[in-house]
Amino acid sequence: MTEIALTLTDAHASTARRARRQRLQDAVFRNATLAFALLVLLILGGVTVSLIDGALPALRAFGFGFVGTEVWNPVSEQFGALAPIYGTLVTSVIAMAVGIPVSFGIALFITEMCPAWLKRPLGVAIELLAGIPSIIYGIWGLFVFAPFMQSTVQPFLIATLGQIPGIGNLFMGPPYGIGILTAGLILGIMVLPFITSITRDVFETVPPMVRESAYGLGATTWEVVWNVVLPYTRTGVVGGVMLGLGRALGETMAVTFVIGNAHRISSSIMAPGTTISASIANEFTEAVGDVYTSSLVALGLILFLITFTVLSIAKLMLLRLQRKAGA
Amino acid sequence: MTMSNSATLATPIGGLYHRRRIANKVALSLALGAAGFGLFWLVAILWTLLYNGLSAINLSLFTENTPPPGGEGGLLNAIFGSVVMTAVATAVGTPVGVMAGTYLAEFGRNTRLAEVVRFINDVLLSAPSIMVGLFVYEVLVVRMGHFSAWAGAMALAVLVIPVVVRTTEDMLKLVPNSLREAAAALGAPQWKVITMVAYRAARNGMITGMLLAVARISGETAPLLFTALNNQFWSADMNAPMANLPVVIFQYAMSPYEDWRQLAWGGALLITVAILLLNIGARLLAGLGTTRK
Repeated sequence: MTEIALTLTDAHASTARRARRQRLQDAVFRNATLAFALLVLLILGGVTVSLIDGALPALRAFGFGFVGTEVWNPVSEQFGALAPIYGTLVTSVIAMAVGIPVSFGIALFITEMCPAWLKRPLGVAIELLAGIPSIIYGIWGLFVFAPFMQSTVQPFLIATLGQIPGIGNLFMGPPYGIGILTAGLILGIMVLPFITSITRDVFETVPPMVRESAYGLGATTWEVVWNVVLPYTRTGVVGGVMLGLGRALGETMAVTFVIGNAHRISSSIMAPGTTISASIANEFTEAVGDVYTSSLVALGLILFLITFTVLSIAKLMLLRLQRKAGA
Repeated sequence: MTMSNSATLATPIGGLYHRRRIANKVALSLALGAAGFGLFWLVAILWTLLYNGLSAINLSLFTENTPPPGGEGGLLNAIFGSVVMTAVATAVGTPVGVMAGTYLAEFGRNTRLAEVVRFINDVLLSAPSIMVGLFVYEVLVVRMGHFSAWAGAMALAVLVIPVVVRTTEDMLKLVPNSLREAAAALGAPQWKVITMVAYRAARNGMITGMLLAVARISGETAPLLFTALNNQFWSADMNAPMANLPVVIFQYAMSPYEDWRQLAWGGALLITVAILLLNIGARLLAGLGTTRK
């Protein structure tokens, strides 16, 4: 009798011990995953802090005037961010002007026009193209596209648009081949796959019922796209465009090869210029002196603020569409 | 009377229909033109790459180190450096990403914290990679006092994490809850349910995420420019600057020497083929996972 009771309590004790051990293991595992999740936040915090820390000497030396001055003189150690900021914004605007309509056209073609057997291969091809690293676009730009611009496109632009008073100023000067316009166009080609694949995904979220109803009322393909698909997916399309814009703003290698790295603002978009990321990539390892290095980090901080804002808006837009599709 | 009536009725409707059809034709032709235009440039890039790259590929590309200007040589040290740094970055970044993704999918599904982490992770996913380079430069290179392969690998690891977090979370969310409940009903503690049941069910998807991350970092140039720098010679020392394909391509393409430019094209083709293969592999694996379910 007592022996049995003894083994029973033993068994109880061992189950209790095991339960305790398992609870402990669970807590350890759970907190470990939590710690790594927090690490993601820590990375962003680390990027912010280290950029601010690195930018401080420059910001102390030039104050907020850093953002508004064009001068960039390593010899006299005078630095201003205006030219790179201008270059970043203008190349991105050109990229979007090319990228948005063309990727919209491709997405429209894939979802509404192309034969069913071509849909998947085309979609996959676009997604594979999105994976090609930007340095490939960069060397293609340097060896193929810039010479083509110099020999064909830019002389044509100078002879036609360059003669019109007003906007002609944008297209004046000698055809260098490299410059803001070339960089912007290459960025435009580079963001095509990104924007297209998101737009295509977003177009597919439209319930077939809605689309079919519009067709049933006698709407043409274009009317379905313009009056049904687009209004339904508006936030998602804008989100996709903003993601592409985020890429274009921060892109380094596709631009660095062909921008010319000139810290000045010209009235002509065919003149060489620079962007924030191209300045950093070109000059960082060669920068001598604390103020020079720090000014480049300060450029990085400005880029960080711009892209963080753009990407946050993009994310919020896409989230809103997701909620709508989920509901 | 009736004739003319139907005629006046028919004309405006017929005209409107006509206009709508023309508008449709014009818009669709424009879309077709845009699609053709965009695809033309993308194909042109691949074609030039293939044309210039193939002529640069030969045996010495894989057996000799990067040459001095005007000399003969290959890309052996750069290929080695890229493989080593990518491997280290993946080995460091993947576990971190898997753990964080596990928290998002298993423990914190609807918590405020998970929402914030998810948001920040998505921002990191598309943040400019050159900023990651600056970050690692400030944190590692400045402290250590010199450029090193470790710094390069860490910069790449920072880029791996968000990709793996995202795919891990997505894949774990696809695992049906009944599987978890069945395991829990057998008395398995939660950590065993996750590691032995959920991970196994999501394994293909998680490997896909890892492959995508490897594809993403193997072409990254900007974060390596001022972390790993470059090295003209063979070096297996993680504490010293190490050659790597993207930076070698950058330097050689910008140089005035014809031999170097040739090597740059060869390297560019190598990277692109490797990345395409990784992407296709990841896709096939993901497809395998869905058909089996």
